[in-house]
Amino acid sequence: MAIRRGRGVAAINYPTGMNLGGDPTQALVHSTPTGNFMVTLSSVDLGQGLKQIMAQICAETIGVPTDRVIIDTADTDTGPHCMGTFASRGTHRAGNAVIQAAKEARQVMLEVAAEELEVNASDLETDGEGNILVKGAPQKSISIFDVALSAHFKRGRSISGRGMFLIPRSYPEKETGAMKPSTCYAHACTVAEVEVDNETGEVTVLMVKNIFEIGRALNPKMVEQQLVGGSWMGISHALYETTEPYYPNRDHGGTDFNQYLMPGPGDLAQTEIIVLERPSADGPYGAKGPGEMCANPQIPAVANAVFDAIGVRIDTLPITPERILRALKAQAAN
Amino acid sequence: MAKVPIQFTLNGSEKAEFVEGGTTLLHALRDKTGDTSPKGGCHQGTCGACSVIIDGELRLSCLTLAETCSGTDIQTTSGLAEAGVLHPLQRAFLDAFATQCGFCTPGMIMAAKVLLDHTPNPSREDVVEALSGNICRCTGYEPIIQAVLTAARANSQNAA
Ligand code: FES
Ligand code: FES
Repeated sequence: MAIRRGRGVAAINYPTGMNLGGDPTQALVHSTPTGNFMVTLSSVDLGQGLKQIMAQICAETIGVPTDRVIIDTADTDTGPHCMGTFASRGTHRAGNAVIQAAKEARQVMLEVAAEELEVNASDLETDGEGNILVKGAPQKSISIFDVALSAHFKRGRSISGRGMFLIPRSYPEKETGAMKPSTCYAHACTVAEVEVDNETGEVTVLMVKNIFEIGRALNPKMVEQQLVGGSWMGISHALYETTEPYYPNRDHGGTDFNQYLMPGPGDLAQTEIIVLERPSADGPYGAKGPGEMCANPQIPAVANAVFDAIGVRIDTLPITPERILRALKAQAAN
Repeated sequence: MAKVPIQFTLNGSEKAEFVEGGTTLLHALRDKTGDTSPKGGCHQGTCGACSVIIDGELRLSCLTLAETCSGTDIQTTSGLAEAGVLHPLQRAFLDAFATQCGFCTPGMIMAAKVLLDHTPNPSREDVVEALSGNICRCTGYEPIIQAVLTAARANSQNAA
């Protein structure tokens, strides 16, 4: 009986969003009287940082600082339609909708500024700090604060925009079955190193090295935060999470998160993250969806590492000590 | 049922409340004093989200009866910032991106504060041990461990 070491590798592609009846998200943008911009969405922030990313996207498109944007994730009864915040689709779908809405609002904003400055709207640009300038003659300028006041109280214009992003449903071709389930894929590769105790069946993940290709990282620190958490969740899928022991009989299964445990602070694998940015063609500023993808490659990598360590294939998750010991027994019997 | 009067200090200010017998401190803090920084995760002593500091000790407010807290000094995360300046632990959690949904964060910060109050220069093992009663479902813990170690270093530099 001994502790055996093994190393495994796995690579994955992961689609952004889904392909059921079509995958739409809408956004609305309007300015307040003082030139802040309100984005209304039905997508939600549950800690992944959607509000921050949507604020950055809206600010970049309109040409104002991020802190001038307010995100209202509203509620699904009253907000613009969104299919939901799942399938790693938030940044990609809602981000594209926000860009479209913000472009329309920016156009109205420039038209009002043009009237105030008595120039052509196409001759105007934003400085990203809250001002609109005449191209080539920046001394001629107006603040967005004043433009909003003028629109609201003098010109009777609504500085607002509507955005809609739809990935239409893709049907399989009759002859070949070929279809396009997604327009955008993120990619990842993980190398995992494990120790397996062939007496107790226990697996310890010593280290994981992950490379993630996630399109453009719109907020690199938040991307890293998702990836570090996701890598840990992947190890948890591989080794821990189950409603077992006797599923579908629920008698002895976990009933809540206190019993449905993940690796604790004392069970962490040494984790390395490398991010590759290959901007996607149809993503907002090149982004893809890194959300769920990042918790996937660790699972086959750990399974492969276990095989490398003890020479048996575990093909049911999670890889519990019981499954390892049964597989070793079957192997010895053959 | 007759209500019980209790008096305690919460983040430096005197509080006096009437609670029903059997009310948990978590309930009294959130619904009587309006301090919602302690979170109710499990209400059975396993997640740590409700952690507060009572007379310098880390305690689970969901398992503490409010009526046993008369005369005590209670600290919660909402009392840490002074005059709008974040406590070094809060600063470190922000800088390390150690919070996502944020539900575990106040409990984590309380656990970390008690650790640093007693052990100003903790090892990684000390930090892991101190946080092991607190569940986080988002971060993978590593950013939280790093945040606590960073706050400890910042404290010892200020002290030096
Ligand atoms: S709410 Fe008190 S430990 Fe979970
Ligand atoms: S940040 Fe969500 S539970 Fe810790």
